[in-house]
Amino acid sequence: MTRDIATLPAGDVFGTYPGIDDFFESIDLPRPAENITMLEYAAFLDEEILEDKGLMRSQLIRDFKDFVTGLQKMADPGETAIQSITITAGRDKSGQPEETGFTLQPGDVVSVVGPTGSGKSRLLADIEWMAQGDTQTGRSVLINGESVDTQWRYSSEQRFVAQLSQNMNFIVDLSVKEFIAMHAEARGVKDVNALVYRVIDTANTIAGEPIFAETGVTALSGGQSRALMIADTALVGHSPIVLIDEIENAGIDRRKALELLVKKLKVVLVATHDPVLALMADKRIVLKNGGIRKVLETTPEEKENLRVLQCLDGAVVSIRNAIRDARTIETPFQEILRDSCGGAPFEQAIVKQLSSGRKADPGKRWKGNT
Amino acid sequence: MKFITVAGPPSSGKTSVIIRALEHLKAQGQRAGVVKFDCVSTLDKARYTTSGIPVKVGLSGHICPDHFFVSNLFQCHQWGRQQGFDFLFTESAGLCNRCAPHIRNILAVCVIDNLSGMNTPWKIGPMLRLADLVVIAKSDLVSQAEKEVFLFRTKQVNPRGAIIHVNGLTGQGSAELASLFFKAKEVASVNETKLRSSMPAAVCSYCLGQTTISDQFQMGNIKRMDLSEGNEGVQGEGR
Repeated sequence: MTRDIATLPAGDVFGTYPGIDDFFESIDLPRPAENITMLEYAAFLDEEILEDKGLMRSQLIRDFKDFVTGLQKMADPGETAIQSITITAGRDKSGQPEETGFTLQPGDVVSVVGPTGSGKSRLLADIEWMAQGDTQTGRSVLINGESVDTQWRYSSEQRFVAQLSQNMNFIVDLSVKEFIAMHAEARGVKDVNALVYRVIDTANTIAGEPIFAETGVTALSGGQSRALMIADTALVGHSPIVLIDEIENAGIDRRKALELLVKKLKVVLVATHDPVLALMADKRIVLKNGGIRKVLETTPEEKENLRVLQCLDGAVVSIRNAIRDARTIETPFQEILRDSCGGAPFEQAIVKQLSSGRKADPGKRWKGNT
Repeated sequence: MKFITVAGPPSSGKTSVIIRALEHLKAQGQRAGVVKFDCVSTLDKARYTTSGIPVKVGLSGHICPDHFFVSNLFQCHQWGRQQGFDFLFTESAGLCNRCAPHIRNILAVCVIDNLSGMNTPWKIGPMLRLADLVVIAKSDLVSQAEKEVFLFRTKQVNPRGAIIHVNGLTGQGSAELASLFFKAKEVASVNETKLRSSMPAAVCSYCLGQTTISDQFQMGNIKRMDLSEGNEGVQGEGR
């Protein structure tokens, strides 16, 4: 049994938990002298101060203890290593049972596709909430094959899911450096400075335009913001599962962004309407009427088609950029395509496809239901 | 009847969050009503009415809004019972942040939003600190990093409460919130229940309608800032 933290001299407690400063700052109370205990501190606090803050002595001590417990948990979250996450089949909006559930492992990237209103957000919400058959879809989320203690839903140290949604913005008025440091400190990171620069360097490998440590986060472009958020999620965040709601094809290298998350052994789910992004994933979950209609593995043939698609996509991006830059679009299209195919003539990519021995197998044409 | 107090800073998303959660309660055949407390005026009555939710509005006007809340609680609870509601919610904006409408043994909810800034959890006081359930709104609009820091600071201020994210626009998290409302206790009467924190007031001449700014016109409970050299202007803190 350890000694009651409220009976230790404040100096000792501050020595062990430097983060305890926040406790006094958050209520706007002066820091206790080194040699007095929290019990004494509370006992000697002026009645008027307590009145002003709407505090009671006993409550102050209880809050203090809870705060220290929180700091302890932060230092050692006792994270469950995730080997797999399973979503069991539930039902669609009409109450019909879903075709299938699915299981994902760290490093998996899956896309979530389907028309607007087909239930993409609901699926991501089920995962974020760690549904245990208690949401409208009736799905359950299993971690390592087992159901999850619903208490985890409310714990801040053990959030499983990081979410990057489409309309996210930075609100705080801080430089990139200060911003990442703030996040790292809240995460209880030891060497904050080193991590800050690692995040910025990493963000720069996926951002189109360079990000500088001293730039204000609110001054970043859409692509830069997105790159910084992804690098931060990969390196500072603890959440093993990352839900992404679309990555726009502008100002960010999507392939590298996904690779970064995979390298960090995150489970990545991307809801998207973009065929390129959808095919970049190893698997795609197709939704209809609120239910999972199909789970498809991306085949080697699809990956080949993806390469051609990426050339076309790259051409569209470079044309968009040229228009933004007040340039004209008179370059022969072949050349635009060649540039976007990494220098190889686009015809070659096509020819390679055509001569790859892949016959127009009627069975493989637009495979699946229509 | 289950009884739930919802508080939160102005425009934090209280009404949207309640409406979203009530859709789920309604779908399960539950009848719910809302009493909305505000100071000068409110537009939320129309929003509730449009959503088919019975609502009563209380405007505190020249009375301290928290005191107004407490002195009307009994009638509000009675109204809810007469209407035969399964759930009654009170919605109030904590305007000076010193007090909270939360009552012992009655589910206390605080709604705060990510857009209000990273230091907000530290500024709110008992309304957040004493809540059983903290709902964080508008988290789809900020970066994951800010969301995590905001959550961390909320947890610092209220280490015991359950914290959930609800999106008042898309409804993400609202079904989950509704399931927590279901766990609220039945409250047969609010008579003799106790507030979770005290609600002091400085009764002075200005409370009573005085408008002239002058020493001579100040009477009653007055507190002065200390602006002398070496003092931060905070009175009574002994710094």
